[in-house]
Amino acid sequence: MTTFILKRIFFETLPTLLIIATLTFFMVRLAPGGPFSQEKSVTPEILENLKAHYGLNAPLHKQYFDYMKNLLRGDLGPSFKYPNRTVNELIANAFPVSFELGLYALLFALLVGNAAGLIAALCPNTKSDYIPMSLAMLGICIPSFVLGPLLVLIFSLWLGWFSVSGWDFPSDRILPAITLGATYAAYIARLTRSGMLEILNQDFIRTARAKGLPEYKIILKHGFKGGVIPVVSFLGPAVAGLISGSFVVETIFQIPGLGRFFVNAAFNRDYTMVLGTVLFFAILIILFNLVVDIILVWLNPKLRFRE
Amino acid sequence: MKTYNHDKHIKFSFLLLSVLTLMTPGCRPKIDPVEHGNHKQILHIGNGTEPQDLDPHIVTGVPEHNIISALLEGLVAEDPKTLQPIPGVAEDWEVSPDGTVYTFDLRKNAQWSNGDPVTAHDFVFSYKRILAPALGSEYAYMLYVIKNAKDFHKGTITDFLQVGIKAMAHDILEITLENATPYFLSLLNHYSWFPVHPPTILKHGRIDERGTKWTRSENFVGNGPFVLDTWKINDMIIVKKNETYWDADNVRLNAIHFHPIEDERTEERAFRSGQLHITGSVPLSKIEVYKEKKPDLIKISTFLGTYFYRINVHRPPLNDVKVRRALAMAIDREGIVKNVTKGGQQPAYAFTPPDTAGYTTRTRIPSDIHQAKKLLAEAGYPNGMGFPKIELLYNTSEGHRTLAQAIQQMWKKDLNINVKLLNQEWKVYLDTVKQQNYNIARAGWIGDYVDPNTFLDMFVTDGGNNDTGWSNPEYDQRIREVAKISNFPQRMEHFQQAETILLDQTPIIPIYFYTRVYLIQPNVKGWYENLLDHHPYKYVYLSKK
Repeated sequence: MTTFILKRIFFETLPTLLIIATLTFFMVRLAPGGPFSQEKSVTPEILENLKAHYGLNAPLHKQYFDYMKNLLRGDLGPSFKYPNRTVNELIANAFPVSFELGLYALLFALLVGNAAGLIAALCPNTKSDYIPMSLAMLGICIPSFVLGPLLVLIFSLWLGWFSVSGWDFPSDRILPAITLGATYAAYIARLTRSGMLEILNQDFIRTARAKGLPEYKIILKHGFKGGVIPVVSFLGPAVAGLISGSFVVETIFQIPGLGRFFVNAAFNRDYTMVLGTVLFFAILIILFNLVVDIILVWLNPKLRFRE
Repeated sequence: MKTYNHDKHIKFSFLLLSVLTLMTPGCRPKIDPVEHGNHKQILHIGNGTEPQDLDPHIVTGVPEHNIISALLEGLVAEDPKTLQPIPGVAEDWEVSPDGTVYTFDLRKNAQWSNGDPVTAHDFVFSYKRILAPALGSEYAYMLYVIKNAKDFHKGTITDFLQVGIKAMAHDILEITLENATPYFLSLLNHYSWFPVHPPTILKHGRIDERGTKWTRSENFVGNGPFVLDTWKINDMIIVKKNETYWDADNVRLNAIHFHPIEDERTEERAFRSGQLHITGSVPLSKIEVYKEKKPDLIKISTFLGTYFYRINVHRPPLNDVKVRRALAMAIDREGIVKNVTKGGQQPAYAFTPPDTAGYTTRTRIPSDIHQAKKLLAEAGYPNGMGFPKIELLYNTSEGHRTLAQAIQQMWKKDLNINVKLLNQEWKVYLDTVKQQNYNIARAGWIGDYVDPNTFLDMFVTDGGNNDTGWSNPEYDQRIREVAKISNFPQRMEHFQQAETILLDQTPIIPIYFYTRVYLIQPNVKGWYENLLDHHPYKYVYLSKK
């Protein structure tokens, strides 16, 4: 297992990150406009001073190697948009918020999604299959910029249960978590249903039934472990997406998370911030895919034999 | 096979859902922030975006201004209603007969928030700092009215003693100007003229070092009516009453919370649920609703800014002044402000907003379709025949698109010419305009100070924000001369002549004058509408009812 992980890190993760960093570095420089262009344009002298300060007047290849050198030390550089902050600091500040929100959303998605999927799979093609599955379809179709304001309208403005926005009280986590988790819950419901349906028709389940095991044991212990495999593969990239923040949900609910930086950094041509967020997201995705692969090996004995 | 009771599963998951949703409504505070604020004199403001920084010599935006004006105070302050300069750190000042030398007497009891006195040397240090080339301040040009400031900033002079700023004594500051500048005192209310605390700057870096940590809440030392208390990125900035402020007895608010809410719909919901006293804007779709149902909560005030279209005067057929005038005359501005923008804007028949420091343009670009058709025919395109297809560029935004579509239709209907709409993302659009790679492009200009000069000096030959390629020696001369005239009627006459040239030549098409539309709770008192949308916080307070 250790060699498997080490191999993954050295032969896959690091080269991937290098390619991503290089591509992003040059792509963001190719975009028209720069970090200092604005409606009231600055004089050429001031522009030169600014470029000199951030080292932008050096040849591009030198800038690239300088950036890579700093990157090796874990230094993502200063932000162009927020002159008194470093990219490391901005990410370190916003990530815990996004992480927390993502965890709640994940919890919501798993609870609701698995429950709905299970119910649907147990009585396929009946009312208790159609209703949760239609809801799931709806969950996939309704975008969060519709669901979020709708939830706020009902639960905050009409019923007055929650604040409409902000991140100050524990209750401020609920509506954003549901908004963010809804789509994922819907996917998980559909994946759980199809996974469970496949497993419940397998021979070993029939054997378990013949042995006279109680039904809940058959479903939860034997069935669920296999049925949930598609969900786990889906969760790798999904968790990375959930915990790295969502532009839409953070904007609707005014949450100081990482998601808004992804989008605004690109709009602002905040070169270092774009690179920082892209690399950070890449690392998260790679990390969670690795974790998922390990969990899959544990869940599926067939994969273990291949090892 | 179905021996289990699936009703139970459904019940279970419903229970789960209800537990999840019902778990914590109780954690929400019982009283909303606005009501709490009214009792404790805490003002909640929706402040647009997260400020870039709180360094007055670095930042460039309005959200930054809103916070910095609470934290720092310049030589003069402004009257909350008229914006007239009133004593700030300077108790009194004298102007030399030729209008070029200002001598400021600083008040003895002006203090920094750490107890240090505010001295004339602090101002010298501050102006040296913003003019230092290495700092890369984008607003350094605001100080170019000072003698030799421009040369120092461009590096042609390295000795700061040659720049017209001198501390004659601890509490006497003398500023020598390049020319008599009648609007000099109102310039001083721009944050680029605010002082910074030298020991704090030097503790965290060099005098001309950009992006040091001195503006962090734990480091910030200011001289304004409020001190920086908390700065949570993208979440909230809290300033609290500064007890060392010289006029602290007259400051009635205990704290101001600035909320950086970018989305105007989110902001409106926060206002509606009692989280904000004042918003930064109102969603277009909500303006009519508020005007009709809650007219006491919505404010629409005129603002020192113009929405206009730039014309690239080098591109045929737009190089013909008749074509440009025809386009400008064929726009129904009344219709636009009534049916498209709907925020109480004024139709703009000239470039400088009316009554800017007592100046209202004599000349107008009329909305006259008959005349427009005639001009187009004279230019060789009778009824639009043979008129090449031109592009109208705007930066991607719903509002700009709707307006561009309306104008596209007007030109099609009345002049029978086809215009293609083109939208670009903000920075791409800026780049395109700067390189003059467009036919017609949307633009906006907000005045930096209340004087026609902030609008009209923009279109001098090769001006940094001209971007139309237009150049007129007579216009340049008028603007150059105006800098040396201190006689009011004579000055205004020069502006009149310059603007007449500008409007006759039409390198730009003025469309409307901006308004600021926002929501405000009736409890907020001492908040007055004015042209620059400045609201000195020391006059603001909250009534309980």
